[in-house]
Amino acid sequence: MSRPTRIALKVAVWGGCLAPLAVLGHRAWTDDLGANPVSFVTNTLGDWTLRILLASLAMTPLRIVFGLAWPITLRRLLGLFAFVYACLHFSVWIVLDFFFDWPRMWADIVKRPYITVGMLALLSLIPLAATSTTGMIRRLGARAWTRLHRLVYVTGVCAVLHYLWLAKVGVTAPYWYAGVLAVLLGVRGWDRGRRLVRRRRRAAVTATSAPAGS
Amino acid sequence: MLIRRAPRFTASEITDPKLYLSRRELISGSLATLVLGPGQSEGATPQGQPLSATRNAAFSLSEPATKFEHATTYNNFYEFGVNKDDPSRLGGTLRLRPWTVQVDGFVHKPKTFDIDELIRLFPLEERVYSLRCVEAWSMVIPWIGFPLASLLKRVEPTGQGKFVEFTTLLDPSQFPAQKPGFFGYSSLDWPYVEGLRLDEATHPLTLLTVGMYGKVLPNQNGAPVRVVVPWKYGFKSAKSIVRIRLVSEQPKTSWEKAAAQEYGFYSNVNPAVSHPRWSQADERRIGEFRRRPTLPFNGYADQVASLYTGMDLKKFY
Repeated sequence: MSRPTRIALKVAVWGGCLAPLAVLGHRAWTDDLGANPVSFVTNTLGDWTLRILLASLAMTPLRIVFGLAWPITLRRLLGLFAFVYACLHFSVWIVLDFFFDWPRMWADIVKRPYITVGMLALLSLIPLAATSTTGMIRRLGARAWTRLHRLVYVTGVCAVLHYLWLAKVGVTAPYWYAGVLAVLLGVRGWDRGRRLVRRRRRAAVTATSAPAGS
Repeated sequence: MLIRRAPRFTASEITDPKLYLSRRELISGSLATLVLGPGQSEGATPQGQPLSATRNAAFSLSEPATKFEHATTYNNFYEFGVNKDDPSRLGGTLRLRPWTVQVDGFVHKPKTFDIDELIRLFPLEERVYSLRCVEAWSMVIPWIGFPLASLLKRVEPTGQGKFVEFTTLLDPSQFPAQKPGFFGYSSLDWPYVEGLRLDEATHPLTLLTVGMYGKVLPNQNGAPVRVVVPWKYGFKSAKSIVRIRLVSEQPKTSWEKAAAQEYGFYSNVNPAVSHPRWSQADERRIGEFRRRPTLPFNGYADQVASLYTGMDLKKFY
């Protein structure tokens, strides 16, 4: 992939990920956040956290299924944007919703399963964001880094559960997100299984051919 | 010999039956205006028209009312959809006339009331009530109506009816969300059914409501007639009612069928009993920034707590 294409793709991701914030800012400025602004802002930021997180999780399956290389170059950027949105979503909860009422928030984290898994999703993103730099990859070593970053599967599952458990009867959106996540993780599982079978077959071939050579 | 002649008219020239039928409606509507005078036309939609009522100060909060714009754009009315803006966006499909309300069950004089007759049956009062949603937000709304007790007295309960069951209109052509979605999915089991104990239904606070903010009830708020039970979570106050029935058994409500552990039959506002998934200890009053504590029975404890003496409200949530 040429350098201009790569830059264009990155610019598109930056634009796409910042657009929801711009819209939100504009609506706040023009007093167009509806009857319950706190709830509206929290929900909008939560929606985009989940969408961007799923987008970052879609990059590897795009490579597996279509053999494309370029999605991988966008994975880190998308993951970091998901972290930014998750932090904003969480900050709104602390500041606008509960106004630093720590005991009340702690009670909710412990007592309300949807908040517990939401917190887990956010916490699991912290080590991933912290080790996202090229320097950290080098320092950890590719193997350990890859293993650590599988934590994002936990993030995905916790984030979808967070939405599933908070949504009221009749709201179908979380089921769609759950479906997308299942497909994205399913593709990885299928790919892993396929590679395992191939490796075993190759091992079997070398095992049977080995005595003949000795 | 074949004689080619141009058709006398093309298909496009034929007036669409919908058009000429609507013309008839228009004419009969304007006739009605001539006969009844403006403001009473039977054909025109009554939405948004002024409705006069006397303020009942004894039953009114002194707090300022929620903005009309907010009270009419932030609604839970599942017949239009699960999102807060669905009812105001899609509410136009509800046809308010003709409309009848069947009042029957264990009564000596069952009757089906025409909505215009029902509205004029008793003097209309304005009452400013607090509305607490089960989702932990609240509003202050000046409703217009009369006590449900007056209507129930008119039909003379026989004494066998211990509960009152309310049924909302079932018509997918008017309520889009009553049409099954993907895989036949439906948010609730239609029609929407709610219920009250007879003593709750005849409590002076329970208001049969036909208007708000000095106007006829907007579609998204449950037009043309709903009930308002201010000490219970909002979903207990059935909207767009077509039937009020006195029954001997506790009605099975739509929300109990959907999630009984979350939405009990009583559903009295109670800060001490959490919703299984969130706390009910506080609420956000629409228009205010900070949360405020929720009051037992939504602040109406003085008037209604006695209805539940000796009952374990944690068990009968």
